[in-house]
Amino acid sequence: MRITVTVDGTTYTDEVEPRLLLVQYLRERLGKVGTVVGCDTSNCGACTVHLDGHSVKSCSVLAVQADGCEVTTIEGLARDGQLHPVQQAFHDNHALQCGFCTPGMIMQAIDLLAEDSDPDEQAVREGIEGNLCRCTGYQNIVRAVRDAAHEMRPGAGPEAERISGAQAGVHRS
Amino acid sequence: MTMAAEPEVGKGRLRKEDARLITGRTRWTDNISLPGMLHMAVLRSPMAHARITNIDASEARQAPGVLAVVTGADVADEQGSLPCAWPITEDMKTPNAPSMAVDQVNFAGEVVAAVVARSAAEAQDALEGIDVDYEDLPVVLDLQEAIADDADLVHPDLGTNKSATWIFDSAEAGTGGNVDEAIAGAEVTVERTFRQQRLIPAFMEPRSVVVDPTGEQTTMWSATQIPHILRLMLAMTLNVPEHKVRVIAPDVGGGFGGKLQVTPEEVITFLLARKLGRPVKYTETRTESLASAHHGRDQLQKLTIAARRDGTVTGLKVELLADMGAYLRLVTPGVPILGAFMYNAIYKIPAYHFACTNVFTTKTPTDAYRGAGRPEATFAIERMMDELATELGMDPLEVREKNWIKHEEFPYTTVSTLTYDSGNYEAATARAKELFDYDGLRREQAERRQRGDTVQLGIGISTFTEMCGLAPSRVLGSLSYGAGGWEYGAIRMLPTGKVEVITGSSAHGQGHETAWSQIVADKLGVPFEDIEVLHGDTQSSPRGLDTYGSRSLTVGAMAVLSAADKVIEKAKPIAAHMMECSPDDLEFSGGKFTVRGTDTSTGIADVALAVFAAHDLPDGVEPSLDSDATYDPENFSFPHGTHLCAAEVDTETGQVRLRSYVAVDDVGKVVNPLIVEGQVHGGLVQGIAQALFEEAVYDESGTLMTGTLADYLVPSAADMPSFTTDRTETPSTTNALGVKGVGEAGTIASTPAVVNAIVDAIRHMGVNDVEMPCTPMRVWQAIQGGAQSAAGLGAEPGGGMGSIDPEGGAR
Repeated sequence: MRITVTVDGTTYTDEVEPRLLLVQYLRERLGKVGTVVGCDTSNCGACTVHLDGHSVKSCSVLAVQADGCEVTTIEGLARDGQLHPVQQAFHDNHALQCGFCTPGMIMQAIDLLAEDSDPDEQAVREGIEGNLCRCTGYQNIVRAVRDAAHEMRPGAGPEAERISGAQAGVHRS
Repeated sequence: MTMAAEPEVGKGRLRKEDARLITGRTRWTDNISLPGMLHMAVLRSPMAHARITNIDASEARQAPGVLAVVTGADVADEQGSLPCAWPITEDMKTPNAPSMAVDQVNFAGEVVAAVVARSAAEAQDALEGIDVDYEDLPVVLDLQEAIADDADLVHPDLGTNKSATWIFDSAEAGTGGNVDEAIAGAEVTVERTFRQQRLIPAFMEPRSVVVDPTGEQTTMWSATQIPHILRLMLAMTLNVPEHKVRVIAPDVGGGFGGKLQVTPEEVITFLLARKLGRPVKYTETRTESLASAHHGRDQLQKLTIAARRDGTVTGLKVELLADMGAYLRLVTPGVPILGAFMYNAIYKIPAYHFACTNVFTTKTPTDAYRGAGRPEATFAIERMMDELATELGMDPLEVREKNWIKHEEFPYTTVSTLTYDSGNYEAATARAKELFDYDGLRREQAERRQRGDTVQLGIGISTFTEMCGLAPSRVLGSLSYGAGGWEYGAIRMLPTGKVEVITGSSAHGQGHETAWSQIVADKLGVPFEDIEVLHGDTQSSPRGLDTYGSRSLTVGAMAVLSAADKVIEKAKPIAAHMMECSPDDLEFSGGKFTVRGTDTSTGIADVALAVFAAHDLPDGVEPSLDSDATYDPENFSFPHGTHLCAAEVDTETGQVRLRSYVAVDDVGKVVNPLIVEGQVHGGLVQGIAQALFEEAVYDESGTLMTGTLADYLVPSAADMPSFTTDRTETPSTTNALGVKGVGEAGTIASTPAVVNAIVDAIRHMGVNDVEMPCTPMRVWQAIQGGAQSAAGLGAEPGGGMGSIDPEGGAR
């Protein structure tokens, strides 16, 4: 099937097998290897990306379902060399160790903050429940997400990561 | 030249590693793509124990995109036997361990065939075209049944399921009394049997390996903790020249001991890449990882403790059965033996006996998992101290205090022959009690009991120590370990004054790049930012024994420090020559050589440039400041601490809620408090997860029932509380930095703290143990039964709430 997807500001048109997962499309066809695969049952959340501004586990979405959509990955968050406030907060609060869960965790945290701009500790813990981390014990991740919330006031959202058409390049592969 | 105003060591430096990891600029092995690279998929046995009577792979060989299909018979002559580096006894029974099963499979998940194809999808699809005929053999699952006289055998050629029995006896060793006499003459004895359930390391990055045979050296990238050991073992296992192999551990997504292995998949990928002459990649799925990557723990522990009525412990006897699974992997047999030195823990125990029998079953092999032997020992002794306190009617902290080594008694040589260099158990405990409000919580506990609250409160204590920083080579030698315990470090002084640090430690989340930079910045007086740490590639980091056993800082960083000392010594005569003075008149501080008593100085960067030019060096001095060092520690490191846990148990549902958790750890001097705190947090959660959630469960046919992360319950953020962590600081006296290991401490300490809290909450209801994981079903059943809970109820995958119904089918 032929799909057209905008990923991190670049538009791609590709022929894909209907069974191809979005995460496979991102990693294997587009070289977007910043997004990773941690499981095969959609439990770990390592592959979390934004599809039209909302977080999805990209192992649970078919590439063809993303046809006509805008996808943001961990690689598309920084702007002009400036880290996204959630990325910065993960660094500032030592919210990662091996870093494998980090891309998904950050994408999920941004989605959480878009819905609740000032979550308390419990709300953060429940908001990232679908993303597993084996290194940090979560405490510094919770701290980072709340720290980012304070930095981002009055709130994050899909607007913060939308790239205007003028900036977006077009790439065919 | 800037001078460091304050020392780097001790600063909570944000990590250098983060920049790549938070932006997705990562080099996980599975991210690697090479020209002409092929993809491998493997077929695994669904049977736990069976003879392979026939394999028909003809359909797979015809499948589109397939370049090769191999079975065990095809590689039998070249695959060798996977290495076991730890023959714990001279008569240890070691089965042949093929990477790919040839005529028999011994656990479900063992590789029986492999396909290499143009794409991963084509390789996966082709597996369907392989038909394997199996002839059932009886499964061997239960540890106790496995050692019965008439037991079915995992490896009939060995004649037994017992691999080895390893014994330490203090009377025989001359380090203490006879334990049987101590027990016979005791005023009080307590006997308990604990079960250390089987766990799965469950690192977040599934294992992956890429082999490129197209260069002069065959290069293997692998998600491994041990690139150096892996290179050596590939050479020895496959009989390839060591200098023709290069191993790279790029970004590695966690290990926890689970990637301390030479895996069947690494060997098979190597063989197939060599056969085809093209790069081959293999990445496991999570399901494959859970079923076939090595597991951890899985022991039955019988303990007998003897004491006087006043609480003084007079003897401890430990009898273990340890499940090896189907094969002995790299350090499988030694894992329970590491515990032998830790059952006496922080206590002065005058008579001690330890005996462990290692047993084969038709399950996934076990091996190192965070703590490796020491969590099991710490759990058992800390549970026993609570049971003894109950028996004596004493406060459990009081019993511990009565028996622990006092701070003025260090260095202290224990009944199990280790010499603890330093510690202050009183200080850590006092700080923990203060942060925890121990007395206040005890009052609340009494009050809830009084009014028969449905939610009961329990307090769990764990005063732990552990041996880490593996380790003095001579000690490892005395334990028959196949390698030493040294580590390598090197410093390259670049002409512009920048520094490259080479380390044999192989980080996979620990933050070595940051911590090593801090240490070298202080030593050489160069800015933190001017230091690059190179690791994880046998080409740039030529020697090393890698990262496990909380050894990187206490051994690896010490090697780097020692190399830096040599750099200064090499620079000194050159600096003296430059300033026309005697080397003896020079002091080195803050990156500068200063002529004593004058303002005349020259920076180490100036010396580095002068060395590069080499125009005017003293006679006989080589134009290089580069230095390396290999450091072998004189002792293990012994971090310790006091952990206190308050747990609320809903007596109507069995649900456990951790209300507060205080961890006061003493890891000696701290290089980076941020990293130390992170290690403690993560360690705590893994230890707590053993207490509450995780278990690898097999059904009666030997099939792993917890083969997904829906069933194997790695905790999420919502399952965990926030922790209160603090430190006391008793420097190690055995290394120049005064540091101790921290990687495993949290995991070792927390499991007994949690279970002690649960049992303490419901002890008045007649409960003296709850088997781990303490699922709501098990806790509820223990309350109903008014006794130790039996395994069974609540033993299903996912604590009875997993996705697989044990009666068959999905929920």
